[in-house]
Amino acid sequence: MTVALPVTTEQPELSAPPRQLGRWRRLPVHAKVGAVLMGLFVLAAIIGPLVTPYDPSYQNPSPSLSMQPPSAAHLLGTTQSGQDVLSQLLVGIRLTLELALIVGVVATALSVIVGVTAAFLGGFWDEFLSLLSNVFLVIPALPLLIVLLGYLSQRGQTPTILVLSLLGWPWGARLVRAQTMAIRSRDFIAASRETGEKTWRILAFEIIPNQTGLIAASFVNTVLYAIGASVALAFIGVTDLSSWSLGTMLYWAQSQQALQLGAWWWFAPPGLAVALMGTALVLLNTGIDELGNPRLRDAAGAVPGGRRVRPTDPTPVLLAEPPRRSRLGGFLRAFSRSSLLDSDAAAGRPGGSWPGRPGGWRPGRPGDGENGGDLR
Amino acid sequence: MTDLSGRAAARAARAARAAQAGRPAPEPRGSQASPPGSPVLEIRDFSVAYRTPAGDVRAVDHVSIDLRAGEVVGLVGESGSGKSTLAYGAGRLLRPPALITSGQVRYCGRRTVSPADILRMTAEELQRLRWREIAIVFQSAMNALNPVLSVRGQLTDVIRAHLRVSRGEAHDRAARLLDLVGIPRARLRSYPHELSGGMRQRVMIAMALATEPEIVIMDEPTTALDVVVQRDILGQIAELRERLGFSILFITHDLSLLLEIADRIAVMYAGQMLEVGSAGVIQHGPAHPYTKGLLSSFPSLRGPRRELAGIPGSPPDLRHPPPGCPFLPRCGYGTDDCAKVPMTLAPVTGSVPGAGHVTACPFVGPGSPAMPVSAGTEEVAP
Amino acid sequence: MPFILRRLAFYVVAGWVALTANFFIPRAMPGNAVQAIMSKFPNLQPSAYRAIEAMLGVGHPGSLWHQYVSYLDDVAHFNFGTSVSEYPASVSSLLAQTIPWTLALVGTATVIAFAIGTGLGILAAWRHGGWLDRTLPGLMFLQAVPYFFLALILLEVLAVSLHLFPIGQGYSQTVIPGWNWPFISSAIYHSILPAFTIVITSVAGWMLQMRNVMVTTIGEDYVLAGQAKGLPVRRLVVSYAARNAFLPQLQGFGLALGFVVSGALIMEIVFSYPGIGLLLLSAVSSNDYPLMQAIFLVITFAVLLANLIVDLVIVAVDPRTRSREGAR
Repeated sequence: MTVALPVTTEQPELSAPPRQLGRWRRLPVHAKVGAVLMGLFVLAAIIGPLVTPYDPSYQNPSPSLSMQPPSAAHLLGTTQSGQDVLSQLLVGIRLTLELALIVGVVATALSVIVGVTAAFLGGFWDEFLSLLSNVFLVIPALPLLIVLLGYLSQRGQTPTILVLSLLGWPWGARLVRAQTMAIRSRDFIAASRETGEKTWRILAFEIIPNQTGLIAASFVNTVLYAIGASVALAFIGVTDLSSWSLGTMLYWAQSQQALQLGAWWWFAPPGLAVALMGTALVLLNTGIDELGNPRLRDAAGAVPGGRRVRPTDPTPVLLAEPPRRSRLGGFLRAFSRSSLLDSDAAAGRPGGSWPGRPGGWRPGRPGDGENGGDLR
Repeated sequence: MTDLSGRAAARAARAARAAQAGRPAPEPRGSQASPPGSPVLEIRDFSVAYRTPAGDVRAVDHVSIDLRAGEVVGLVGESGSGKSTLAYGAGRLLRPPALITSGQVRYCGRRTVSPADILRMTAEELQRLRWREIAIVFQSAMNALNPVLSVRGQLTDVIRAHLRVSRGEAHDRAARLLDLVGIPRARLRSYPHELSGGMRQRVMIAMALATEPEIVIMDEPTTALDVVVQRDILGQIAELRERLGFSILFITHDLSLLLEIADRIAVMYAGQMLEVGSAGVIQHGPAHPYTKGLLSSFPSLRGPRRELAGIPGSPPDLRHPPPGCPFLPRCGYGTDDCAKVPMTLAPVTGSVPGAGHVTACPFVGPGSPAMPVSAGTEEVAP
Repeated sequence: MPFILRRLAFYVVAGWVALTANFFIPRAMPGNAVQAIMSKFPNLQPSAYRAIEAMLGVGHPGSLWHQYVSYLDDVAHFNFGTSVSEYPASVSSLLAQTIPWTLALVGTATVIAFAIGTGLGILAAWRHGGWLDRTLPGLMFLQAVPYFFLALILLEVLAVSLHLFPIGQGYSQTVIPGWNWPFISSAIYHSILPAFTIVITSVAGWMLQMRNVMVTTIGEDYVLAGQAKGLPVRRLVVSYAARNAFLPQLQGFGLALGFVVSGALIMEIVFSYPGIGLLLLSAVSSNDYPLMQAIFLVITFAVLLANLIVDLVIVAVDPRTRSREGAR
């Protein structure tokens, strides 16, 4: 029987006990900025029109009030016909956001339905739906939207919503289909099938919940597309010109030569609003992407010491002594707070040697260390 | 012996010239061939941790192992035991958030002047070391081969990265490498997706041998292949080792495979080394309870039928490694004392001195009675 | 080969869908169009209603199939009808005037933006924590900015306030169009700002996309294998990582072309650039339906053609598409 060696009970202290990091915490910083920003806009959309100082359509014919720069009476100045830009902006944010969110919901729902159906039915339906998605993806959306809207008798919100949703689902549908097919081939679905669970139950409770990240990202993307498309359409003048969406504001600004006349307060606020909303959504999307794809997150975040690393750098080594002339020395400083360093380096492992340095390690001779000796 | 590089021929020519001039044959520089049995790779006290937001994971914990010239060492363990981390970490191929927290990895091959610690090398020195001295055969050849380069492209890549040869010579050499592994030369122009699984793996092996390395690390090279091809590949590997004389570190979860092809076997669990010994000794006289459990987990083709025991339970969470022996929760011999064991490898009682059979379990040996089936019983080995 | 054939078949189908949609839309909702035109020419007799219907092709002379065939025939001969807003100019002549401008501007700017963006993306992926990574939030902002808004800002700052660049137009009013140097140099000078706008807004998108693809590719086993082989870093980046990452990037380029073109058209409006965008604006504002539809067709076919070219490049770069077993 082997003799028990003298025992040390302490293990080197690991870092702090794990925290159950919720989804919000795990979002990287820029995604949180995006979410907050978007929240602000949503808030503006909800309460904005209730607090407009003036009626946005009220035209004040007096020339002294036309195209005035921001002042106390009109915080964002006036348009050509004396309308208050701020009021228009607030109403515009709500209209644009409303439209975009509805389109987002409808189009995302459509894309989930189509994607899941295609993946599940397989065969002819899959081919057909995939072809349909791809065709609508490749045909440029804007000219088609213009033609469609151009022929419609009304051009208000509803037709715009319909038309945008019609062209907005293919992108998400492809992704949902791919993901569904991947999940479907996983074992736990086969297990559910074996136990006789009905298809729709499998769909509702196992497949779709596994795709929430994808669906969320798809939704955000669709809203982004809807904002951009509706603003572009309004800018061209194809949608209803009597409602005050952000794009319509820009249309009037453009047609009234606001740029050439230097009335920046007319086109800058709506444009900025669109840009900021878009940015917020893009940031949010990147955050969702990074949550789902850990590699992207590792690329962005978990770099030892935050130093610049190339992916092909050799694995960093915690050293008790700095080696000669190499980049690894930098890592040592970065780890000065590491508990691992304290425990291991304090034990003072003897340094290795590079050819030429005295006091190095001698090559073992046959028979040396064969016993195992002290392999510690 | 295949003369891939023409070095033997050059040496013979030099010797012949020297003889002609009446001089003694010149000693080739730095080529004191390592005497068989001398270590080419010595890993001492090696630890690797992964830094995650939820805590540090100790994937490898103060592990030591030697690899000697010309031998096959098998590294066996379950998934997550740290065997791959050990091998890749020793070559410093792990990516962040991995971090090597302790140890030394000394390499001393035929071509090095004196031993060098891999962990203290600079990136340039590492680049010269990689593949030339230590090559790797990856598990999944389909993933490890660049899909957009032809077979010839990938072979010449590695040849020209390390040897100063012209393009024509590199092509020549690539062709001879394919001959070595039994693949028709026409396949030089093929792309990875055009090859069968077995052929891809053989290309990987050919690539590994392209620069005549000292050590070849094989990371589960046959796991993804069917049994027939597996036998084929293993035979090929054995034959090549005979001819070229490299050492192999063979990583696998299949102990039965190692019993056939390895000289020595090292058993890992939860990032720690539990037992090391020659294949024969491990097969017939295992010391550690885990090894015993592994051996009783697969049937043998010959021999009496017996009940397969297996090992109940699952490996521990490496973020909170339990004190003492990590195998305790699943060990049939476990007692409270096991939680206080320092995990050092000590020679097995009753083993032949110098045979190198070591174990981390101070309580159980080859002579202990058969493992009780239920884990955590109070039975203690005498 | 089968890959290219399959793609070609797909583009034919897509083109056919576009053509057919173009054919049916006016026939499905004609009321607005005819009314709109009637209201523009108040002196018209009510009997002109029929004539306008015929001109628009929405009347019902002959069977639907007959109309469809003659429609396809017209398109094949580039006969898109007569413009309503620029009567009696033919639509195809209007298009012929404006397409070269758009092609030159949008075509070159997009390719330049793609090249720069892809290159920067490779760099950003390779050096984490470098200065490129720090520009990412700013780039994301740029990516979300609609093209025309940035155009407005740039115009305002660089042209109106600082007078560094001309305020729009395709060329100065003082030069005579033609193959003479004053004209060409003026045209180039006028296109710098629009091109700059396109490049700035789209570079961010390409860079982010390439960076993400590169990061995924760098995590692949064959890059690790390349590292283990001790290959020089340059070879790793170019032949192992970038070359493989480039394929999804190219595919993304093809898909995004539709959006890029649409955005560029709007931006042309801001600059009053004499391209298709301006034509589109006037078509919409004057309800010139033949023109609107023709523009839709032309843009669609241009995008399909560009996609085909991208596919050809993919075939050249990716060996998996060339063999029979290539999985697509």
